[in-house]
Order: sequence, then C-alpha cells, then structure tokens
Amino acid sequence: MVGCGAVGALFAANLAQLDDVEVWGYDVWQEHVDAINTGGLTLTGAGEVVGRLRATTDPAEIPPCDFGIVATKSMHTGGAVAAVAHAFRNGSVCSVQNGVGNEEAIAEHVERVIRGTTFPAGKIVDPGRVQWDVKGDTTLGPFEPSPAAMEEIQRLAEACTRAGMPTEAVPDARGPQWRKLIFNASTNPIGALTGLTHGRVCENQALRALVSGLVDEGKAVAAAQGIELDEDPEQLIDYAARPEVAYDHKASMLQDVEAKRQTEIDFLNGGVVRFGREHGVPTPLNDAVTALIKGVEAAWAA
Amino acid sequence: MSGGGIQRVCVVGAGVIGSLYAAHLARVAEVLVLCRREEHARAMNEEGLRVSGHHDFTAEVQAATDLSDLPEADLVIVATKTTELDAAVSRLAGHWTGAALMTVQNGLGAEEVAARHGDWPLISAVTFMSGTRHADTHVEYILDTESWLGPYGETPFALAQEIAALLVEAELKASAFEDLRPAQWSKLIFNSTVNSVAALTGLPHDSHFAEQVRVEQLGHLVSDLMEEGKRVARAAGIELHEDPWEMNMLATRRGSRHYPSMLEDVEARRPTEVDQITGALVREAARLGVDAPLQTAMYRLVKAREASWVSD
Repeated sequence: MVGCGAVGALFAANLAQLDDVEVWGYDVWQEHVDAINTGGLTLTGAGEVVGRLRATTDPAEIPPCDFGIVATKSMHTGGAVAAVAHAFRNGSVCSVQNGVGNEEAIAEHVERVIRGTTFPAGKIVDPGRVQWDVKGDTTLGPFEPSPAAMEEIQRLAEACTRAGMPTEAVPDARGPQWRKLIFNASTNPIGALTGLTHGRVCENQALRALVSGLVDEGKAVAAAQGIELDEDPEQLIDYAARPEVAYDHKASMLQDVEAKRQTEIDFLNGGVVRFGREHGVPTPLNDAVTALIKGVEAAWAA
Repeated sequence: MSGGGIQRVCVVGAGVIGSLYAAHLARVAEVLVLCRREEHARAMNEEGLRVSGHHDFTAEVQAATDLSDLPEADLVIVATKTTELDAAVSRLAGHWTGAALMTVQNGLGAEEVAARHGDWPLISAVTFMSGTRHADTHVEYILDTESWLGPYGETPFALAQEIAALLVEAELKASAFEDLRPAQWSKLIFNSTVNSVAALTGLPHDSHFAEQVRVEQLGHLVSDLMEEGKRVARAAGIELHEDPWEMNMLATRRGSRHYPSMLEDVEARRPTEVDQITGALVREAARLGVDAPLQTAMYRLVKAREASWVSD
C-alpha cells in the first residue's frame, strides 16, 4: 500500500485480514507508521477492523510485491511511486486515487499499471486509527498505454472483494473513473470557492446550474475520448445532496482550502482541461475554476 | 471659493471616498457631512477630518445625522456604498430642491435610483481614488487617481465642468466628460472582473491578474471575463473610454497590491456590492441577449459565498 491515508488504510486493513495476503504499508508520516506497527491499523464506523501489517517510512525495507495500490494525494504520486518502484519490478501497480493523471505518473516508474476508481471514504482520526465513513465499490481495469494483464487485475479484484472491499475487474475502467472525476470536478471547487456544503450547493438553483455547466463540459471531454460513463454524474450529485447521504459533507477541496493545504485541482478540473485540449473540446468553466483555485493557493503564499 | 455658484457642498456618507471628497473640498468651499452615526458626526465636528498619505492636513467640516440640522447645500455628493444608496437619497426627498446631486457609486443605475426621489439635476461620477479609513476622523489617501464626471439626463455639461473644476481646485484629480457612459462602462467591466476574482481567490489586485504564460494562470480568466464585458458594452452601443485589460495591466505593473472592496467585504463577512457590479453587468447581458457565462459564474459564486456566512 503506497500511502496509508484514509482510503489507503481501508484497503490495507481489510486486505490484512486475508491469510494468503501479506500487506506492507508505505507512508511518510512516522507517527502513523509507528502506531500501525505497535497496535495495528484500526478501522471504526462502517466496519470494525484491526489490520496487522508491516508499515514503514523507508522504501528500502519493502520486499518485492505482486501488487502495489497507490492511495496518496494525487500531487505526491510521482515521488511516492519513484521511491518504492523497486518493489514492483515483477508486480503491477494500481491507482485508487482521485482524478485523472495518476496512472500516467505511475507508468513513468513501473511497467504494468492498473486503472482504479474507488468510492469508499473515511478520515484519519489518530495515528493508526481511521474512521470508515462510507462503504462503496471499486472498479479496476488495465491502463491501456502500459497495461497489467487482465488475469492479474482479476486476482487483485478477487482479493479485495474477499477482504470486504467489493471490487470488479473490467476491460475498460475509464467509465467509472470519469464519472467520479466529473462528479468531483463539478462539485469540489464550487464547495471550495463558496464555503458551502454539498447539500447547500445543490439547493441553490443558480449554483446547481453552474455545477451542471461543469458536468456538461466533462461529459463532452469524456465522449470525445470514446468513454462511456457507467452512470450519469448528475444523478450521483443529486443523490449525494440528500440529507441522509452527504448534505452536510464539506468537499475534500473545501477542507483543503480551509486548512490551506495544496488541493488536487490539477488532477480534477485541471485534468478535464488537459484532456479537453488534447481532444479539441473547449472547457471554459473548468478553465475558470482551475484558475480560481490556483489563485486561492497563490494567495496563501502571497 | 470657486468662481461659480457652488459655495456649499454636502457629502452624504463618510466612508473612504466621502471623507476624501469632504476634507479636500473643505479647502475651497463650505462642507457639510451627513452621516448615520451620532458619535461619528460628533467626532468630525470636534476633531475635524484628517487626511494623511498623499496629502496631509486636517479640514473643518460641519457634520450631522439629520438633514434638518444642516443648511441647504448647492451640491450634494452621495458617496455611500451602492447597497445604501436608496436609503440615503430617500432622506433627501422633498428637500434642497435647488441643489445638484452627484452619485459616485460603483456599477450602473445609481442615477436612476437617485432620480426616483427628486428632480435635482444629476451628475454621474466614477472615481478611481482609494484610501484606508484609520478612524472616524482619519482617512489615508492612497491612490490619487481621477474622478470622472458627466451630466445625466437634462443636466447641462457646464455643471459637470464646474464641479470637476472645484475638485481640481481642491487638489483632487478630476475630468468632466459630455457622456460619462464610456468611462462608467470601462470601470464597470474592470471592477466586475477584478473585484470578483479577488473576492473568490483572496488575492489582492496584484501581478497574478496579469499572468498569462501557462493556461491555468489567472490572467487568462481575467482577460476572458473582460472580453465578455466588452461584448456586452458593444451590444449596448458603448464605445469604451479605456480598455479594461489595459487598466488591469497598468494597475498591476505598478507593483501595488490594492485590496478591492469586494475582497475586504468577503474577509470581513459583510454583504458585498456584487449585485450592483457583476450583477449589473450580468443583467445588462441578459437584457441585450449577450451570452456572459463566465461573468454569470463569478456572480453566482460570490452570491453563494455571501450565503455561506448565514447559518454557518
């Protein structure tokens, strides 16, 4: 597991339940690593799990692995994978991160790459302890320019499913990835720029129309690449706005902005913009929110 | 004293702009200040109005919170925020029928609001002056840029010229135009863009607003927003006095880091003037049937940001 933040921890702790799987965790946060090695990695909430695994901040300690699962924040993908690439000379590496562009970054360091999209979510409450907020499905498929074999993708999906993380292996995993990308890119920066929770963004009609404008651009970019979305992101957005789902949820980008942490804008709206440009699809609203969030980040440095 | 008929000026609203006009004009005319808070009026009456920065002096003014405590003025300068304009002018309704009235609000439509309350000859004005208020009786004069004046409706151009001359005599920068709309629209497009971008990013108006090297840099957005504004102006038949993008380049090249009022309002969680500035442009676009998706997006985002302070 490359990166043991909330999502990484959900995979690591659950996979560590399996008798036939040995899990190693790589993370740069020493206290978290120490806590995992002493007391295990504890999940509470949607599932109660204590995972026993070996965690380390030292890439050299990691033995050769069959699979890598990358769950760092997107801007750290390249650096993290470069540090641990030696462990995957004969293995394949899968991204379960947000946005687009992570697989490309992984493929610079390892040969066989798996495109992944995951919906479960949580947050770290203390070193070694993670609150599991939402269960959800994961979809894996080959990263076309540098693919893992379908057989090994199925093996990883089967292990995750057996561990309590329902995962499907498909020949083209771009549909779920772009559905999640469009969902995130159309809601995260709006929450971050206005300070509103997901539910309040959606009940403001003018703002909801702006969200749809962003969604439409994302759909056009997906269509230009021949990607068929597995579900309409609009439905996902409205579903999440329900009081019992995620009305009060502050988008992760809003949390980042409130904490003045670098956001994942380059991999969300920045990704929509980049792929749009490559395929000749204009994305003026995504251009605008990308520039605004970059401006927010610049204001912290000013 | 000026050679014309303007002997006594009343400034309504003693924020930064109102205070700068009042203090400077007090050197060449009798100046009254109508403000809202009793202690503010008392302080100005006792201590006078101090200007620091570009100029350094203290002026004597006569301040009050009630119009009936003041003698009739020849000229009224309404320098409130746009959001307070209607309430401020309604206090003048039925009074001082011989006075001329000048509006200096941001955005569009201040003259129409003023005209609803009386038949005074109206002067349109926009100002680029800026300053910082340090106390009720102390304002720092920071940017000594121009005020532009023009006649509204049937008002003779000579009146705008006379007031501009009075401001110049008071050592402020001012010019009169036969038609102010080209200047007003230049400022509207500039303000609508710079204020909303600053309010949403937290950046003062600095060099980021001019950067256009990489695609995601803010200069592209600023330029795209201004192009939309220019399309609206063209549809309204306005030939702009200055290109807003050139104004942006000039302001950021100076190396200054001006805090637009909308950013100050957002930081203080006060209602902003977005309805009167970006909102005015968006409404004009809709009226004229011009697409303005980016200005519309900015308007909606700032409105929503304001909404986030309620029940937060």
